Amino acid sequence: MAVRRLAEIQPESFAFTSENRAWADDQIKKFPEGRQASAVIPLLWRAQEQHDGWLPEPAIRHVGDVLGMPYIRVLEIATFYTMFNLEPVGEYFVQLCGTTPCQLCGASDLIKVCERVIGPQRHVTDDGKLSWLEVECLGACCNAPMVQINYDYYEDLTAESFEKLLDDLRAGRPVTPGPQNGRQMSAPLGGPTTLTDPSLYQNRRTLVSDTDVASRAANDTAPSPPPPSSAPEPEKADKPEVADETDDKAAMLDAAERPEALEGPAGGTADDLKRISGIGPKIEGILNELGIFHFAQIARWTEDNKAWIDGYLKFKGRIDREDWIGQATTLAEGGDTDFSKRVDEGNVPSSKD
Amino acid sequence: MLADQDRIFTNLYGLHDAGLAGARARGQWDGTAGFIGKGRDWIIDRVKKSGLRGRGGAGFPTGLKWSFMPKESDGRPHYLVVNADESEPGTCKDREIMRNDPHLLIEGCLIAGFAMGANAGYIYIRGEYIREREALQAAIDEAYDAGLLGKNAAKSGWDFDLYIGHGAGAYICGEETALIESLEGKKGMPRLKPPFPANCGLYGCPTTVNNVESIAVVPEILRRGAEWFEAIGRPNNTGTKLFCISGHVERRCNVEEAMSIPFRELIEKHAGGVRGGWDNLLAVIPGGSSVPCLPADVCNDLPMDFDTLRDLRSGLGTAAVIVMDKSTDIVRAIARISYFYKHESCGQCTPCREGTGWMWRVVNRMAEGRAQKREIDMLLEVTHQVEGHTICALGDAAAWPVQGLIRHFRHEIEKRIDDYAANPHSDPVAMEAAE
Repeated sequence: MAVRRLAEIQPESFAFTSENRAWADDQIKKFPEGRQASAVIPLLWRAQEQHDGWLPEPAIRHVGDVLGMPYIRVLEIATFYTMFNLEPVGEYFVQLCGTTPCQLCGASDLIKVCERVIGPQRHVTDDGKLSWLEVECLGACCNAPMVQINYDYYEDLTAESFEKLLDDLRAGRPVTPGPQNGRQMSAPLGGPTTLTDPSLYQNRRTLVSDTDVASRAANDTAPSPPPPSSAPEPEKADKPEVADETDDKAAMLDAAERPEALEGPAGGTADDLKRISGIGPKIEGILNELGIFHFAQIARWTEDNKAWIDGYLKFKGRIDREDWIGQATTLAEGGDTDFSKRVDEGNVPSSKD
Repeated sequence: MLADQDRIFTNLYGLHDAGLAGARARGQWDGTAGFIGKGRDWIIDRVKKSGLRGRGGAGFPTGLKWSFMPKESDGRPHYLVVNADESEPGTCKDREIMRNDPHLLIEGCLIAGFAMGANAGYIYIRGEYIREREALQAAIDEAYDAGLLGKNAAKSGWDFDLYIGHGAGAYICGEETALIESLEGKKGMPRLKPPFPANCGLYGCPTTVNNVESIAVVPEILRRGAEWFEAIGRPNNTGTKLFCISGHVERRCNVEEAMSIPFRELIEKHAGGVRGGWDNLLAVIPGGSSVPCLPADVCNDLPMDFDTLRDLRSGLGTAAVIVMDKSTDIVRAIARISYFYKHESCGQCTPCREGTGWMWRVVNRMAEGRAQKREIDMLLEVTHQVEGHTICALGDAAAWPVQGLIRHFRHEIEKRIDDYAANPHSDPVAMEAAE
């Protein structure tokens, strides 16, 4: 438990602005008739926002009046929940997470910065800009160490970047919330190790029918989807678009621009097109259906050919972005790309059959 | 490793559109009305078959929990309450769901609400998650505009309203009855059970409280089939799970993986391994601060699931993996956790209110070495006096980390005490823990 008391110096009065009062009435409507007390936390929070980030005693009484609650009940809430600041705070109120996951990653260095730059906890700097408080886990442990300043989280801090952040805020320079080391939210630094299969984001997945699932569960207990050749890939294959409409779609595109097609793989063996970054089992299957089996074929695509395939796959330029032709040229000459090396080592699950 | 196709949270890292259009493109809100058309029993049966266990820490089977709700209303409304008060140190998974894949949660709320006969749902989100609250509210508004919530939600014939409530900085509100109290506008003090919320919860009405992740995986379980979910992981520990990897690893991250993935594989595949190499591992807290830590020697092939970790006298909890390398002052790390529980105790039950502070002060002295060896056993005894003697599990949660510390690192505490005693100090070591 934390002992929390009201500030000694209190304002004379407090009342919601008409805008906030209307907002409060909306909040009350979220809850059933007679249960307006449920809105007490949102209302106190709004009162705190209206009153420069801290909650004075008249505001507690005002919220009690709005909700028809005894003052003592509202006071209980205000002292129980630690986000209600019962005394003035700085314009930028730094809540510094000091709990173990952040502590392990250097939160104590950030505490030293606060003590040096701002002063002791709860102390507001003379210019009124900054104050700080060590709080318990803020729920961003994968981005430790971190602080919350007003509404935003600032994550992956170091003592240097944190001190600069405080300086920037104080000087009114713009700052960017979120990770301060350039990473994408809570993905691993350097890029995600998962969700890298582009086919996840191409087609809308269709509903899996019970029979599909049942037959799959019977045949295959492994979690990965079975290869497309032996069974449909129910959760992502948009079959009508790919297979059944093949002819219709091909007809809509200019046949003259269609890349040369082979009856079957030359020499009976197709190249593993999945060694090209961007081609998974599904797209490989489609290309095979189009008579494309070899890197050399892709390497020879003209601009028109490329546009045709792009239109056929509804790719909106992905072939260029992923440089299939460049990759195919290297691979056709017997070379390796970084991606193909990873495939050959078995490190790209989406390129496995 | 789990294949990308088997992952449910396809926008975990926020690289794609979190809005409704993006959600639909990733296959969400697909066939929702059809599932509802199959009836309550079908949905509950599928969720039971999938083996889904609650993702909020306790691991109670979700389908079973839903089946506790009365089949017929006795006139009182039913409520679904989603626990988004994510505050367990080490845990930061629900945050990613709410800001990056909110429609999975909203769709899950509609399905779960229908399955338990609730026409209204409340998502209780922790007060600090202000931006996440905004993101979630925007997604709810979008769902209302598209007819996916409200009257005849998603053309299913079921009326369902979804509201956001929020807290203001109290860990205890993650306990389901404290959450209900808070949602009613009171201090977050847990209630005695029974009566259980399924009989007498929010406003005295039948209520089920579920974790965000538990609800958010339900639509995909129905779409892909319970058998698909059940085939991942080990029996009784099925499905995919969001792991939050924090502490001393090369690259801290959230990642969705198969349940029962070996610890070492999890860390090395996704987090770049333990800082300074595998041999530099000292200990792991495998499921958020309230579960006892485990020493490095059991971690190599350790399957990360409920049953294995329970058998090792720890727990999967929320799958918040806190890794500590050999540079860690383990006694101080656990002392900080003890401080957390002292700070967050609601003060209702004496063993917890007094015990958490007592334990913190003693562990803190031990971190300095300013203690006597017989106090270690005394401390252990006190943890057992707190554990199981409180209304809610916060007392247990405060006791377990200390028990884990003594179980596996007693030698470390003793060494501290010896080191302290070996040096001259002006004040003798006094056994005191009073304030």
